[in-house]
Amino acid sequence: MKELKITPIKEGTVIDHITAGNAVKVLHILKIPETTTSVVSVVINVASRIGKKDIVKIENRELDPKELNKIALIAPKATINIIRDFEVVKKSKVQLPREVFGILKCPNPTCISNAREPIESRFYVISDDPPRIRCYYCEREPEDVVDRII
Amino acid sequence: MDFLGRDVISIKELSKDEITSILSFAKKMVPYAKGEQQTTILQDKVLSVLFFEPSTRTRLSFESAMNRLGGRVIGFADPSGTSQKKGESLADTIRMADSYSDAIVLRHPQEGAARLSAEFATHPVINAGDGAGQHPTQTLLDLFTIKTEKKKIEGQNVVLLGDLKYGRTAHSLAYALAFFGANLTFVSPESLRMPKEVVSECKEFGVEPVNTSHLDKAIKEADVLYVTRIQKERFPDPEEYNKVMGSYRVTCELLKNGKEDLIVMHPLPRVTEIDPEVDATPHALYFKQAFNGVPVRMALLALIFGRKTL
Repeated sequence: MKELKITPIKEGTVIDHITAGNAVKVLHILKIPETTTSVVSVVINVASRIGKKDIVKIENRELDPKELNKIALIAPKATINIIRDFEVVKKSKVQLPREVFGILKCPNPTCISNAREPIESRFYVISDDPPRIRCYYCEREPEDVVDRII
Repeated sequence: MDFLGRDVISIKELSKDEITSILSFAKKMVPYAKGEQQTTILQDKVLSVLFFEPSTRTRLSFESAMNRLGGRVIGFADPSGTSQKKGESLADTIRMADSYSDAIVLRHPQEGAARLSAEFATHPVINAGDGAGQHPTQTLLDLFTIKTEKKKIEGQNVVLLGDLKYGRTAHSLAYALAFFGANLTFVSPESLRMPKEVVSECKEFGVEPVNTSHLDKAIKEADVLYVTRIQKERFPDPEEYNKVMGSYRVTCELLKNGKEDLIVMHPLPRVTEIDPEVDATPHALYFKQAFNGVPVRMALLALIFGRKTL
């Protein structure tokens, strides 16, 4: 019988199929532990049918779409399971939209999106996996997407 | 082809047919730009010309273009006399200009400023240069100059010389020339090579640009020599600027190695990269090129206001 490394959760979100080694970055994106006092479990390098993966379980929190978009930027193959009363009530794959708003900062210091203007940052997603993005305003393509996440 | 109400932010947003149609209309504008014929097709229009950065040619040629079409111009050449000085956002300045005029021409030191302005303006916005970003009307007038002098752009051997790393003019022009099927040679010091992204874009159009440091060899087969200034203000490190400053100088002696009908272009201002003695030769096209900014901008203004005939 397969031994469970961590136990099922009653309420919350399970982020599965995170690219192995990226679980900590997912925590960083979700601003954990700063934004939650509930239990968060992290499993790194779990064997699966398609090789190693990471899993993050967050109790008592259901992720909203803006947070899901952020995860898709660094873990394009991740799946999100919403758990209520130990049951998976919703399962979905993260999907990068064609544009992302307000979740990345342009690395170009002279980009207008870094000035004091009433706008959100805006990036085109030009490739999903690996994610590549282009600033809508200055048209630069930042190399390290993770470092650009606000 | 409908340009009515269009923003003009980047040359990449214009199709080949659209560019060709602007250039054809610009040709018809030449006698009007010279004042030999008169028109009042934009007499009911007011243009805001907002320059947050210094400019001679772009600003004056836009103003001349609007005046030659019978329209009127408001704006500023220096933001120090505006509410920007009091901390007003660009978005608010644009909202104001938008309510006072029928279109906005913007020069700004920050990349993406024109794109932002287009979001806040209800009227068309024309990008007249945003930092190291785009300057589409410069590219249009460069294409117009080559087409007028050489009859076609496709197949011309064009050498781009100078600061190919920081020069926005060189980036947009390389893209547009490749788009129209010109052969490209990039001549620059090692530290000022054309960025990889620009080279990749050229390759997507089936053009394989040649990169070299040897101007004397590159000039032999050239039909067009496009010289750019090494821009001190774009160098993060003054030491780097000192190293490459004056690395190339176009002289009559050098031009003897080129074709008889070689044309020399430059977006201006020039500093030391073209010897003034070249000005008197038939190769020197840069002043005519600067004039061409007027008919090209006249054509663009007329088209975005939906006026397709004179």
